[in-house]
Amino acid sequence: MSNKDMTIHLKVWRQKDRKDAGRFEDYTIPNVSKDMSFLEMLDVLNEKLVLDSKEPIAFDHDCREGICGSCSLMINGQAHGPEKATTSCQLHMRSFSDDDTIVVEPWRARAFPVLKDLMTDRSSFDKVIASGGFVSVNTGNAQDANTMTVSKENADLAMDAAACIGCGACVASCPNASAMLFASAKISQMALLPQGKVEAAQRASEMVKTMDEEGFGNCTNHAECEASCPKEINLSNIARMNREFFKSKIFSKKG
Amino acid sequence: MTKSHNYFTSSIGKKQIMALTGFGLVGFTMAHLLGNLLIFLGADAFNMYAYTLTSNPLIYVAEAGLVAMFVLHLVLAVFLKIENSSARPQAYYVKKKTGRGETFASVTMPYTGLVILVFIVLHLMNFKYGTHYTTMIDGLEVRDIFRTVVEYFANPLYVAWYVFAMIALGIHTSHGFQSMFQSWGVNHPKYTPTIHFVSLAYGLTVASGFSILAIYCHLLN
Repeated sequence: MSNKDMTIHLKVWRQKDRKDAGRFEDYTIPNVSKDMSFLEMLDVLNEKLVLDSKEPIAFDHDCREGICGSCSLMINGQAHGPEKATTSCQLHMRSFSDDDTIVVEPWRARAFPVLKDLMTDRSSFDKVIASGGFVSVNTGNAQDANTMTVSKENADLAMDAAACIGCGACVASCPNASAMLFASAKISQMALLPQGKVEAAQRASEMVKTMDEEGFGNCTNHAECEASCPKEINLSNIARMNREFFKSKIFSKKG
Repeated sequence: MTKSHNYFTSSIGKKQIMALTGFGLVGFTMAHLLGNLLIFLGADAFNMYAYTLTSNPLIYVAEAGLVAMFVLHLVLAVFLKIENSSARPQAYYVKKKTGRGETFASVTMPYTGLVILVFIVLHLMNFKYGTHYTTMIDGLEVRDIFRTVVEYFANPLYVAWYVFAMIALGIHTSHGFQSMFQSWGVNHPKYTPTIHFVSLAYGLTVASGFSILAIYCHLLN
């Protein structure tokens, strides 16, 4: 079979605005190349919809190289589709076969209301970050090297946690729509470094508080988040957050 | 810290208390199984064990603690379930497991928990508050709980229900055991695989241990 003659059937969630109940619409796209990314396939469909004077499908995307965290599609019931450690934009049509029917839905969580079609409002993540996901230091000249020592091991762990792109696949795939993997990555990346240790207790306390207020569910240790994460954020970050939170509540004056 | 968000109402606080009470219940279950193994040594050994246990005044403290842990575990479970269901008001049309996360045990926690709840109520009615026979051991009059147990398991349907409930308990604890370590922040590349293995072994031991005892009692009839 040539590369260019896949026919793909899509079942896409269409929703006019926040209030609309929404429904699935079926589309058939002929001549889909296996080398296309999933989003390029949607682009082709959208161009056709525009030519037909129909409303194109709204979906979030930006960098299209797997580092921005914008794309957020539930593809055949899996966050970012069937490939491991892959964002929707890095998913290619070679992962599918000719005549496949693919169901595309937005992230579904109370904290991520659907804005339109496949776009959700993920500003609840921004609120979690704003409540403590930073280090309050005065900017200035860079410090001399080695004045603040960081072990290689901790540097690696912090970097691994910092790989989180905040796409929300953890929330989308969690049976409880819990944001613990996201929050824990953002807490961990700083709790592991000396610069972040200063505010560690307050940070854990505030970020968990905001996370709870935003209406995310509770973690029941299924690990579906870790399995769906395009950046393979490890579950041990949640364990670290659990420790940090407990410490902040029990031992800290500010917690 | 505002009043509305303290440790006990927080998402992490709740799961840590869930884990702590679960830890107590898991410990109790293992002690209960080990004690019950005395059934294999015969009526006197088991009756004497039951007598020693229940004649100690501290048993009331232990029972109160056990009830408190159980109720807390149950109430929190209900709250968590309600909150978690409302966190996703609209379900997915298609939802597929990755196969690397959720397990049968983790998904069925509320249901296996419910089976255990029903089981415990019946269990207390049948045994603790069941038929009260007495027997003499070395001139001491003690309750013949052995006879109550053996008579109960004469009915194969009761044996079947008991085995079913114990399998539910085994499945429940096989997720719960390793889960409580994660909730308390114990996740380590060296130890976590061992914890997962012990968790499975614990569930298997509890399910098979109690089931074998029930079948043994049935065969005594």
